[in-house]
Amino acid sequence: MGAADRRLLPEGRLAGPMPWVIAIMMFLTVLAAAAGLGLGGAASSLGAGLGNRVTVQILEPNPDRREVEAARALDRLRALPEVESVRRLPPDEMAALLEPWLGAGGMEGDLPIPAMIDAQLIPGARADNLSPSVTAAAPSARIDDNGQWLAPLGRLISALKYLALGLVALMIGATAATVVLAARAALDTHRGTIEVLHLMGATDVQVARLFQRRIALDALFGGLVGFGAAALALVLIGQRIGALGSDLLGSANLPATSWLALALLPVLGVGLAMLVARGTILRALGRML
Amino acid sequence: MQAIAPLLSGLRPRAAHAIEAGGRGPERRRVLSTSGTIVQFDNVGLRYGTGAETLSDLSFSLRHGGFYFLTGPSGAGKTSLLKLLYLAQRPSRGLIKLFGEDIVTMPRKRLPGFRRRIGVVFQDFRLVTHLSAFDNVALPLRVGGVDEKDLQGPVSEMLAWVGLGHRASARPATLSGGEQQRVAIARAVIARPELLVADEPTGNVDPEMAKRLLHLFDSLNKLGTTVVVATHDLHLISSIGSFEMLRLDRGTLLDPTGALRHPPRRAEA
Repeated sequence: MGAADRRLLPEGRLAGPMPWVIAIMMFLTVLAAAAGLGLGGAASSLGAGLGNRVTVQILEPNPDRREVEAARALDRLRALPEVESVRRLPPDEMAALLEPWLGAGGMEGDLPIPAMIDAQLIPGARADNLSPSVTAAAPSARIDDNGQWLAPLGRLISALKYLALGLVALMIGATAATVVLAARAALDTHRGTIEVLHLMGATDVQVARLFQRRIALDALFGGLVGFGAAALALVLIGQRIGALGSDLLGSANLPATSWLALALLPVLGVGLAMLVARGTILRALGRML
Repeated sequence: MQAIAPLLSGLRPRAAHAIEAGGRGPERRRVLSTSGTIVQFDNVGLRYGTGAETLSDLSFSLRHGGFYFLTGPSGAGKTSLLKLLYLAQRPSRGLIKLFGEDIVTMPRKRLPGFRRRIGVVFQDFRLVTHLSAFDNVALPLRVGGVDEKDLQGPVSEMLAWVGLGHRASARPATLSGGEQQRVAIARAVIARPELLVADEPTGNVDPEMAKRLLHLFDSLNKLGTTVVVATHDLHLISSIGSFEMLRLDRGTLLDPTGALRHPPRRAEA
């Protein structure tokens, strides 16, 4: 389509509200998609980092027997095929873990502190299967399945992720509806020009192409403004999350691939706007002679 | 006056031979009429909504290369008849054949191809308000897919011929009624249509320009275009040497010159 053909519809591309409505939609869509991707990342990180691990506590109060049971439990765990790796938490890590509750030097008194063994299971292994074997070797052993207590949190994150994706779908629907309304309004505004074009022998596709281009430009403008604003908001939120120092929240930060996926949203928005505009206009023109 | 024929033959030369073969008057008619009927109406009626019929029982045919005036009092149905001719309307009943094909039952997607063969001068001009005079005249060529480089010359020449060469970049709102009418006429003839339909084409121009525009239609007619002009202006009619006349009254055709007969009888100048 040449520049002259493009002039067949008057300029004033950004005069109407549609680009700004699309900008708002894109802003919300990018935020919702970022939330979905971030939560997805957090869920994966949670599952990979903690969900497939068990903590074995040797609760024996007698320090000598506790050491013996801990050594037996370690040997038994290493021998089990479901266990990928196993290690006993060294005293300094234990001290760091307990310091918030016991204070510095809290482990130096007579307080019996359980021995703790961290075991990484192979994917798909069930912690329940370890219990008989480990307790046979170390009767005071208690096995905590991290996956079990993480499950509700995982389900919550998963629900939030799907909610975010649902919001993205709703935004897409609302954007499409906006384009339909804008296309109909444009048709009404330019009905006189369209009639003249038809009577000169213009086909529906020729006429639709004019509107498609105009609406695509509006969608591109709105998409870029909305994406820019959302990206800025996400960067600022990311900085705040980083300042919290939380592992779980930190894992919700977006990797480069997620940013790439978000950057595709304005492009997809333009494509969607063009398709919807074309369909709407061709249907409307089909009702004219 | 600059000759219009070379200008008109510049774009689509397929009918250029007709002017050499024809000349003026009855001889020319004989040459052009050999190609047969371009429009045929059989028992056509047109009704808008549920009202009374605006046009009733119209049966006539137009020869290829003929020059026809359509006259009648206001409200007789002239514009409605022209709308049927330029495919802005389908009839409520009857048969219409255009270029040998039934356009009443023709699928909608085929209509653009037929419309490109028809030039229309609307009574209200229907210029595209945001386009310049140049772009308005170029519209049928652009719709037809003519390259920009191929349309610059003919459009500029056509504008110059209708006396608007200096107003090529003017928007319709800045043109007088007569100037708008000339742009509308230039737009209608620029693609050298096979059928030219004009609704009161000289209503807003002075007598000298009216004659000039009619000369344009006549030149186009010599090149093979069938011309149908709806007008009240009897003086205008008398300025054309050879024509046939269709008279409408209250939606039905009268037959003062035999134009309704098959084949129509030629009017005496």
